Amino acid sequence: MLWYIGRRLLQVIPVFLGATLLLYGLVFLRPGDPVAALGGERGLSPAAELAIREAYHLDQPFFMQYLYFLKGVFTFDMGVTFTGRPVVDVIAQAFPVTFQLALMAIVIETVFGIGFGLYAGIRKGKLFDSTVLLWSLLLISLPTFVIGFVMQAVVGVQLGWLPITAGRDPDFISLLMPAIVLATTSFAYILRLTRTSVVENITADFVRTARAKGLPRGKVMTRHVLRNSLIPVVTFIGIDLGNLMAGSIVTEGIFNINGVGGTLYQAIVRGENVTVVSLSTVLVVVYIFANLLVDVFYAVLDPRIRYA
Amino acid sequence: MTPRKRLVGLGAFALASSLVLTACGGGNSGDDATGDGASTGIVTISNGEPQNPLVGSMTNETEGGLVVQQLYSGLVYYDAEGVVHNEIAESIESDDNQTWTITIQDGWEWSDGTPVTAANFVDAWNWAGYGPNGAKGAGFFEPIEGFAEAQGVPEFDEEGNVSGMAEEPTAETLSGLEVVSDTEFTVKLTQPESDFPIRLGYSAYFPLPDAYYDDTAAFGEKPVTNGPYELESWEHDSEIKLVPNEAYDGPRKAQNGGLDFIVYTDENTSYADLQGGNLDILENVPTSAMSTFEEDLGDGAISEPSASFAAMTVPEWLPEFQGDAGHKRRQALSMAINREQITETIFAGTRIPATDFTSPVINGWTGEIPGNEVTTYNAEEAKKLWDEANEEDPLPDDYVLTIHTNTDSDHQAWVEAVCNGYINDLDIKCEMTGYPTFDEVLNERDKGPDGKVDGLFRAGWSADYPSLQNYLGPLYSKAALAGSNDGRYESDEFDAALKEAAAAPSLDEANVLYNKAQEILFKDLPGIPLWYYSTTAGHSENVDNVEFGWDSMPLLYEVTKTE
Repeated sequence: MLWYIGRRLLQVIPVFLGATLLLYGLVFLRPGDPVAALGGERGLSPAAELAIREAYHLDQPFFMQYLYFLKGVFTFDMGVTFTGRPVVDVIAQAFPVTFQLALMAIVIETVFGIGFGLYAGIRKGKLFDSTVLLWSLLLISLPTFVIGFVMQAVVGVQLGWLPITAGRDPDFISLLMPAIVLATTSFAYILRLTRTSVVENITADFVRTARAKGLPRGKVMTRHVLRNSLIPVVTFIGIDLGNLMAGSIVTEGIFNINGVGGTLYQAIVRGENVTVVSLSTVLVVVYIFANLLVDVFYAVLDPRIRYA
Repeated sequence: MTPRKRLVGLGAFALASSLVLTACGGGNSGDDATGDGASTGIVTISNGEPQNPLVGSMTNETEGGLVVQQLYSGLVYYDAEGVVHNEIAESIESDDNQTWTITIQDGWEWSDGTPVTAANFVDAWNWAGYGPNGAKGAGFFEPIEGFAEAQGVPEFDEEGNVSGMAEEPTAETLSGLEVVSDTEFTVKLTQPESDFPIRLGYSAYFPLPDAYYDDTAAFGEKPVTNGPYELESWEHDSEIKLVPNEAYDGPRKAQNGGLDFIVYTDENTSYADLQGGNLDILENVPTSAMSTFEEDLGDGAISEPSASFAAMTVPEWLPEFQGDAGHKRRQALSMAINREQITETIFAGTRIPATDFTSPVINGWTGEIPGNEVTTYNAEEAKKLWDEANEEDPLPDDYVLTIHTNTDSDHQAWVEAVCNGYINDLDIKCEMTGYPTFDEVLNERDKGPDGKVDGLFRAGWSADYPSLQNYLGPLYSKAALAGSNDGRYESDEFDAALKEAAAAPSLDEANVLYNKAQEILFKDLPGIPLWYYSTTAGHSENVDNVEFGWDSMPLLYEVTKTE
């Protein structure tokens, strides 16, 4: 098992190099001139433009720029943004809050998704099951920003139950509404995945055997049905952690959370190569580790799975 | 993220002069009448993250500009109407509009206790004017003698980007600046500029203390300042807190307990916070609330003309717009735009049909410039002119008129409306050529005839200082060919008219002459005026005395808030 994890960690290196090179190339190929945009309609004086180009190595060819970036990564000095802030600071500020938000969303969607899914699967075809299925379909088809704005207007502005925005000092309470919004779509998916798996497993041979040998119903459900039903769900959650961190742009915008999504979007618009690639690189690493965690978890859930 | 000029493309602007003043009369906190009973509440304002260090000559975007204006005091300041008043200046005088003698008042201090001297101005201007320092506001010092020597001569690659220096700067300071005493300095310009005193309220001309030059980067994070407020903390991407400067004794004395600039990335979010009472002043009403905000906010709604102006530039290099036939086509294109209808239906009345090349909030503006009939919708006349032009100089059968714009904002709707007007009224083909981002379209425009622009292009402009010159010179003079004159318009007659206005003995006379220069623009139509932007903003019930200046920025020092 340790050997397996070590090998997987070694794979991070080529993935890291490939992903950063690809990302760097993509941002580089983005048409337009970020330095020109800094001047707006008035334009910068040529001397000022030159000073900025040199400061950000934008006068160098593509590959040299990429090498400067790599050097920065290994010395933890990735340079500064166009506003003069160290990129390391930007990362240190953006990730904790996004991570907290994503974690809260994961907990919400997992607890409610698996709970509702399990119950719906056991009561297949009953009123609860069909109601839940209908609602989850509705949640999947609603875009996040619709749910976000509606919740903000109703729960935040009109009822005043939860803070409208989380901008200044995001704590648990002010992140609760954004986390719920962020969790809705995945909640619906997890619910449906769990339900389908449970429905499948509940008629499996090993469940019938367990019942036949007189195990209490609760034990059968948790130890045998649920545990075996969780493999596809865990896969989904693993991928979702990455999605939630990178894909919360909309939610973060609505609730004014200065996390990864918003920062990344602004950096892309501005053409700040270094910021875009640095933030994405951290996301790539998060993805890799989330996937590794999922694979390790398979072995825990299903003893038949062994890694060597 | 937004350079000041770019904002014009991105959304609505804010400016109000008299509308909100009435709100304080009815309020119950009229304790500011004596100017003595300042309120103690901390006012929260929606803003974006400043894109530059908090230094006047480094800041060229509205987000930082608003903060810098509160932190520093310059020679002069603008009131809500755009009228210039002395702040640190005692007098700004000149006999010939070319050599200016500036004396400053005694007794001003920096927050580190050192006095504000004439040298603080001269050093700051020299620093910004010296090319290698890379100040974003360097261009504002161009009129001063010695600017060219301090900038050097740049080299350009085939794409028109700066690639290096052909000649390094030969001077580190501007030869036109001279310190006479602690309270007096002189400025020599390369040519007369009658509106020079008006310009001096712009943030690029703010002074800097000696402490600045020790560590310019660190200074921008925690500046030593001399304005009505001091920086308490700057939490990046989140919040900037200012507290009143107790030592400040000028005309912009803070009437509140401090300012909190809250960074928002989404205007809809700040609007929700304003409605929920979490925010006091909203600088921009989101597009989605444009038709409802006056109802939503009641007395807190603000809608007034702003200093931003939109036009479509007609590039001089297109053969179909040259000569007599080209001239008729330009007129036809202008007359075939139903500005009233577009501003009403697409912009919910938050833009105002333009009748000149400047803005109604600028001193000297008049809607009565001879030749501006072309801004009145007249489909018949337009069609007649277009057909006449085609008889003189026929267009190919497959001619398609293109309008080039960035589409990352709300431009698509009006471009399509204008095109549909052309299709219906002129019976021609018209298409939009879209670019995903503003810098892309800017790039193509800069390339001129070598770029992709083969039709009209969108141009937005807002003034940095309230002067008619600021609209005309930077966009249509020959001197601006390397700058923002992207249509490459060249007219000796127009340049001469600008020069005459710049040498006028008084501002009023200068304004008359600037408007005369506009007559030449209406004759040649290097651009087609579209509309003026409005300031659409709002404030909560918790604050009083909210006024927006000519530049769409709130006059924050006046705002009162009781705790």
